[in-house]
Amino acid sequence: IQAQFNVTVRDALNQAMDEELERDERVFLLGEEVAQYDGAYKVSRGLWKKYGDKRIIDTPISEMGFAGIAVGAAMAGLRPICEFMTFNFSMQAIDQVINSAAKTCYMSAGLQAVPIVFRGPNGASAGVAAQHSQCFAAWYAHCPGLKVVSPWNSEDAKGLLKSSIRDDNPVVFLENELLYGVPFEMSEEAQSKDFTIPIGKAKVERAGSHITLVSHSRYVGHCLDAAAVLAKEGIECEVINLRTIRPMDVESIEASVMKTNHLVTVEGGWPQFGVGAEICARIMEGSAFNYLDSPVTRVTGVDIPMPYAKILEDHSLPQIKDIIFSVKKTLNV
Amino acid sequence: FADFTPQATFDIKKCDLHRLEEGPPLKAELTRDQGLQYYRTMQTVRRMELKADQLYKQKIIRGFCHLYDGQEACAAGIEASINPTDHLITAYRAHGYTYTRGVSIKEILAELTGRKGGVAKGKGGSMHMYAPHFYGGNGIVGAQGQLFESFNMAALWKLPCIFICENNKYGMGTSVERASASIDYYKRGDFIPGIRVDGMDVLCVREATKFAADHCRSGKGPIVMELQTYRYHGHSMSDPGVSYRTREEIQEVRTKSDPISMLKERMLSNNMASVEEFKEIDVDIRKQVEEAAQFATSDPEPPLEDLCNHIFYNNPPLEVRGTNPWSKLKSVS
Repeated sequence: IQAQFNVTVRDALNQAMDEELERDERVFLLGEEVAQYDGAYKVSRGLWKKYGDKRIIDTPISEMGFAGIAVGAAMAGLRPICEFMTFNFSMQAIDQVINSAAKTCYMSAGLQAVPIVFRGPNGASAGVAAQHSQCFAAWYAHCPGLKVVSPWNSEDAKGLLKSSIRDDNPVVFLENELLYGVPFEMSEEAQSKDFTIPIGKAKVERAGSHITLVSHSRYVGHCLDAAAVLAKEGIECEVINLRTIRPMDVESIEASVMKTNHLVTVEGGWPQFGVGAEICARIMEGSAFNYLDSPVTRVTGVDIPMPYAKILEDHSLPQIKDIIFSVKKTLNV
Repeated sequence: FADFTPQATFDIKKCDLHRLEEGPPLKAELTRDQGLQYYRTMQTVRRMELKADQLYKQKIIRGFCHLYDGQEACAAGIEASINPTDHLITAYRAHGYTYTRGVSIKEILAELTGRKGGVAKGKGGSMHMYAPHFYGGNGIVGAQGQLFESFNMAALWKLPCIFICENNKYGMGTSVERASASIDYYKRGDFIPGIRVDGMDVLCVREATKFAADHCRSGKGPIVMELQTYRYHGHSMSDPGVSYRTREEIQEVRTKSDPISMLKERMLSNNMASVEEFKEIDVDIRKQVEEAAQFATSDPEPPLEDLCNHIFYNNPPLEVRGTNPWSKLKSVS
């Protein structure tokens, strides 16, 4: 019998960093409030106490500056984890992420690696308004040279963060603030210090035969909830957790579509040029296209800056009822 | 009231100067009317912020909320020396400036509670309030590089700009000593002259601002003004504010340097007003804040029709995609 433990996403991320800091002395964490404050969202709680000033570093409020320092450290042989308090703040530093980190291996023809992880909360939170609610999955996944990872549950968080830290390439690791406090079951296997989840491989969270739902991060949970409701009406959804945005596991999506003939993508980000748009394009370009009985449906955030008022915010993001509605429209039932 | 001293002169702290031969005067004149007005302004901001604290704890205000109590002399003193047509912009700790720039308590609190009567119709929230010649309220602040770029261009082109640093000793949870190689912020402009001001004394702030404004208006170019101040609350409502500073420190500032008490004591000891008068003002402000809070909690949330409006300015109406392809929403300017 496999022992199951309930672990919050926050603790899973903390465990991942703790284990990797212990395993490899080149790994270190820097960012605002990560050390003495235990992390703005307490993700790095206890790490400074355990590893000290040299491994857990509080920076001034200077994203462009400390992201640049982190990239330089990675180039020189260290393995930094650079935390953005939220990915909205990464826009201050985006030149370092793209031009200094993402493109360098290519520009140097493989001479210079940049083994860095940029991590932090991404997407909407609750009531934090327009400048603090943007999803950057599409922005970063657009760029060759970057890997973009978006975990959902605690096992995802731990296994993928460990893999990201061990990867020799720049990884943008998109967490979700609303998921930090959510406990998930973690298998005993996931408790192991060597537990990793491969980057670039999606996971089928729920098998189904009528329609495929593809999502990432928090909306995987929404899809599973929608699937539970739909199952009562005899509609069986297959729910795929992308886990990685770039490189995207298109094969898993195609295999599912070839079985179900219907596809709905679900994301929190804006529709134009987004994750769902990319999935649509890739499906059209590949072998699964001929298996579709209807066009792919994208469920996305509303194409507006995030409003503050609760009623407006609630209507700016996909609700479970929107997913259910879209599934039925796609199936024409 | 005929018995009261109509005007008095007060000694104010000397400002530290950088690249200046002379600074603001060492004495400030205060008329009875001015004193009562400054008192009223500061006390209003104080009570408004405390009401916001209460509403936040009741979960009627959500998201981020960065309170200004303790720093009232800064906003009040600055406004006393600038014109309503001068342009002011600030970061996220913006409620005080929103008030001094002319927005009513009602509209501020209703914005915090996300109602349609809020200054931004409930769509902006705490960090995104605006008024004529007041550009917010901004959530994300580049604290280093962009500042120096601005310094350079302002000096190069002799722009009439006062760069104000409200030095409240902490950047979120990090003390200035841990974040800055030099904490003499008034010298940071290097080739730009600067003054360091007692930000807890509204008269000192007023005189310094007048001096700085005259400097700019006379064509001498920009100037840096560091206001030494203090915030009683933590960085935001989710920061208790006592993990990186002691309760004793907070208490000491409250008893020895509170800006409102200081002004009141000055006026009382010079017989410029009576205890009863101040009490009446307090009662009146309490009533106004209570009424504003009533409005802010009873005013309806913005209507759903407003969800997509104001994406563009002065633009023909456009269609906006909702959460799914069948949801076609409308946006007007």
